[in-house]
Amino acid sequence: MGLQAYLVVSAMLFGIGMFGFLARRNAILMLISIELMLNAVNLSLVAFNAYAYYAQNDTGAIFSLLVMAVAAAEATVGLALVIAIIRTRQTPEVDEYSDLKE
Amino acid sequence: MTVESLIALIPALPLAGFLFAVLVGPRIDRMPAHGHDAHGGGHADDHGSHSGHGGESHDTHGEVDDSTFRPIPSEEEQRATSPHAGHADDLANSNGADGVIPADLNDGIGQVGHVVEGGPRPVYRSWWVPTLLVAIGWVFSMVVFANVIFGGHTYHVSLYEWIGSGSFHVQIAFLVDGLTAMLLLVVSTVGLLVHVYSIGYMDGDRGLWRFFAYLNLFMFSMLLLILGDNFLMLYVGWEAVGLCSYLLIGFWYKKPSAAGAAKKAFIVNRVGDFGFGLGIMMIWTLLGTLDFEQVFASIGTLDPTAITVISLLLFAGAVGKSAQFPLHVWLPDAMEGPTPVSALIHAATMVNAGVYMVARANPIFAHSPTAMWVVASIGVFTAIFAAAIALTQNDIKKVLAYSTVSQLAYMFFALGIGAWVAAIFHLVSHGFFKGLLFMGSGSVIHGAAGEQDMRFLGGLRDRMRWTYVTMVVGSLALAGIPIFAGFFSKDEILGEAFGRGYYLFWAVGLVVAFMTAFYTFRMVYMTFHGKWRGPRDAWQHVHESAPAIVTPLVILAVPTILVGLFLGIPPEGGLIHGWLEEVFRGAEELGAGILPGSIAAGGHEGFGLWPGGVLLLAGASVGAAGIWLAYRWYVLDPEAPARFVARIPLGLGPGMYAASVNKYYVDDLYGLVWARGGVVLGNALWWFDAKVIDGAVNGAGWLAQRYGALLRRSQTGHVQNYALGMAAGLVVVLVAFLVFRS
Repeated sequence: MGLQAYLVVSAMLFGIGMFGFLARRNAILMLISIELMLNAVNLSLVAFNAYAYYAQNDTGAIFSLLVMAVAAAEATVGLALVIAIIRTRQTPEVDEYSDLKE
Repeated sequence: MTVESLIALIPALPLAGFLFAVLVGPRIDRMPAHGHDAHGGGHADDHGSHSGHGGESHDTHGEVDDSTFRPIPSEEEQRATSPHAGHADDLANSNGADGVIPADLNDGIGQVGHVVEGGPRPVYRSWWVPTLLVAIGWVFSMVVFANVIFGGHTYHVSLYEWIGSGSFHVQIAFLVDGLTAMLLLVVSTVGLLVHVYSIGYMDGDRGLWRFFAYLNLFMFSMLLLILGDNFLMLYVGWEAVGLCSYLLIGFWYKKPSAAGAAKKAFIVNRVGDFGFGLGIMMIWTLLGTLDFEQVFASIGTLDPTAITVISLLLFAGAVGKSAQFPLHVWLPDAMEGPTPVSALIHAATMVNAGVYMVARANPIFAHSPTAMWVVASIGVFTAIFAAAIALTQNDIKKVLAYSTVSQLAYMFFALGIGAWVAAIFHLVSHGFFKGLLFMGSGSVIHGAAGEQDMRFLGGLRDRMRWTYVTMVVGSLALAGIPIFAGFFSKDEILGEAFGRGYYLFWAVGLVVAFMTAFYTFRMVYMTFHGKWRGPRDAWQHVHESAPAIVTPLVILAVPTILVGLFLGIPPEGGLIHGWLEEVFRGAEELGAGILPGSIAAGGHEGFGLWPGGVLLLAGASVGAAGIWLAYRWYVLDPEAPARFVARIPLGLGPGMYAASVNKYYVDDLYGLVWARGGVVLGNALWWFDAKVIDGAVNGAGWLAQRYGALLRRSQTGHVQNYALGMAAGLVVVLVAFLVFRS
């Protein structure tokens, strides 16, 4: 089992996340899908790091920590926004959130 | 005071007069409240009917058909057609007797001879300061004249540097030599007399202060023009007299004909001035200076072609200002202005500016035989062309206007053949006698309550004795009868033409002299002899003009008689030749030898009894013959002209008459080509602008809108659509990466 296996899992995770983001209409689930995609990226980063593919000094691992921090912040802000919208709109369905057209 | 300071003061005085008239004038004149018409009754109505009389006799006497030869209508005819008979009341009403235009607003309307006896008088105080300043200027001018002519001095007065920019230096400086002194004599004298004359002529006009302001501004400009010692000052004066001409032609600005004539004069002059300006720029580009002396000293170093181009460009300005063919059309129309203006600007001074400029630039012109040929040819052609129009005009001022064009052409003819002194001699004598004739015609118009169509005048010599005598003196001078000024100057031009071998030009000049004598005395006979042909009741009011009008006529009659005797004897060797010798020496030496067609290389030294005496006799006899013919046709046998026209072979007579009356259709041609053509061109350009230019601009906006409308559809507001776009983009980038990786 080499690097490819990790990357395949990572790609699948990313694909599931993307599908979820595009297909789901619930704002909360869309946020979760974003987390899936971020984690797919993290997985590929640490995999590359483990096989010392590009850099020697754990750059990939450190970068994945940075992505986690950003993901945490993004989830916090994103959830806060989504909850605020759900409160005003009384619905989590993003199809109802189309006021910004034109 | 030194003569130099006098020279500097001469143009400054009328400038001060202008400022006075503008700033103080309107505050010190008083017009009677609500006008003289209230007191005049029927009399005032009669005057009111004259307000429409401009030069356009075709309008006011519309029923008189100009295309058939009928110079003097029979009594019944003119009773029927005269506007005084039928609809005088309508005209009077439209002009204020009933208050459509308040009758006391006689400003810019142009009623002549309208102050009603017994009515309240306007009080004028604005004329005396301008007139006094011009009178002082005249005294100074005479002192300077005497110093230059009799003392033999040439004055250079440099006041200060006007423009100093790199190598471009222009001084405010005056140059007074013999040539300028001659012009100074004419301009100051006629200018002063016209001021006095205007006091009488403009009586009753609300805009009197305005009139004197313009007159003073004109005097300032004209003096600047003749005194300046470089081309730029000449140009400034040149344009300023053009402005004053515009202002004064349009003085009665409420008359559409006058306003139109003013515009026409200004625009036609622009055409010539454009060339003049280019010529001056070319002089500066090639020689680096505009100072007369420096330019004339170094002009010989230039390429002959360049000199020819400069000369022709300068001459274009002269053609415009001096109303030569093909830019002559403005001068006859300029007669819409008040008659003092016609006398001063459009006969005696401003129109001479072109002649003065060519004479001043004689070293330039003398270097270019081509330019001299052009000057002479335009002169000869315009002389006979304008004289042929003057033969048939019925408006007394139009006759004089075409006569002025013709006589100015005579001067250019003289300049072109290198007879410089003769040209200036004719300029001086013409300035006096044509000023006299115009003022005389003004006196007629004034005395006959605005009538200036000669077909409705006649018999005035009984009522206007002084005007008659002085007009006859001026007419004899114009006709070239011996002892009068015009005889000597005209004969000198013809003699020079003959002596230098221009036999064709000489012959044409002789024909023009005959025509001149004929139309001049046709005018005299139609106006002063015979019976009054106007309406009977108007004859009651025909009277000699006021002393302010008649006095200048009498004064001007003196130089009209004496100038020729004093300056012109012996022919081609008179005093004026000595006075102007210095100015034209270079050109005389250079010009006489190189002019094409000239047989008298190295200058021409006057004639002996043969052929000189014969030439004199010929000149005098054609003048006498013209007068005799006019007497036969317009006094003895008024039917004769019609019979003569009928006798012209091939039935060309009526056509020729119509062509002459209609000024050879030059105005119509210009109207068609330039005015209508301008409208057509303007419409075409407007179409291009509206359709093409605006179309492109609007099209750009329209295109953006259309694309915007298309792109708008992509803004759904659904966040997942955007996300799908991003994903699609990502896929595109990935595919592109994989495809183009190598």
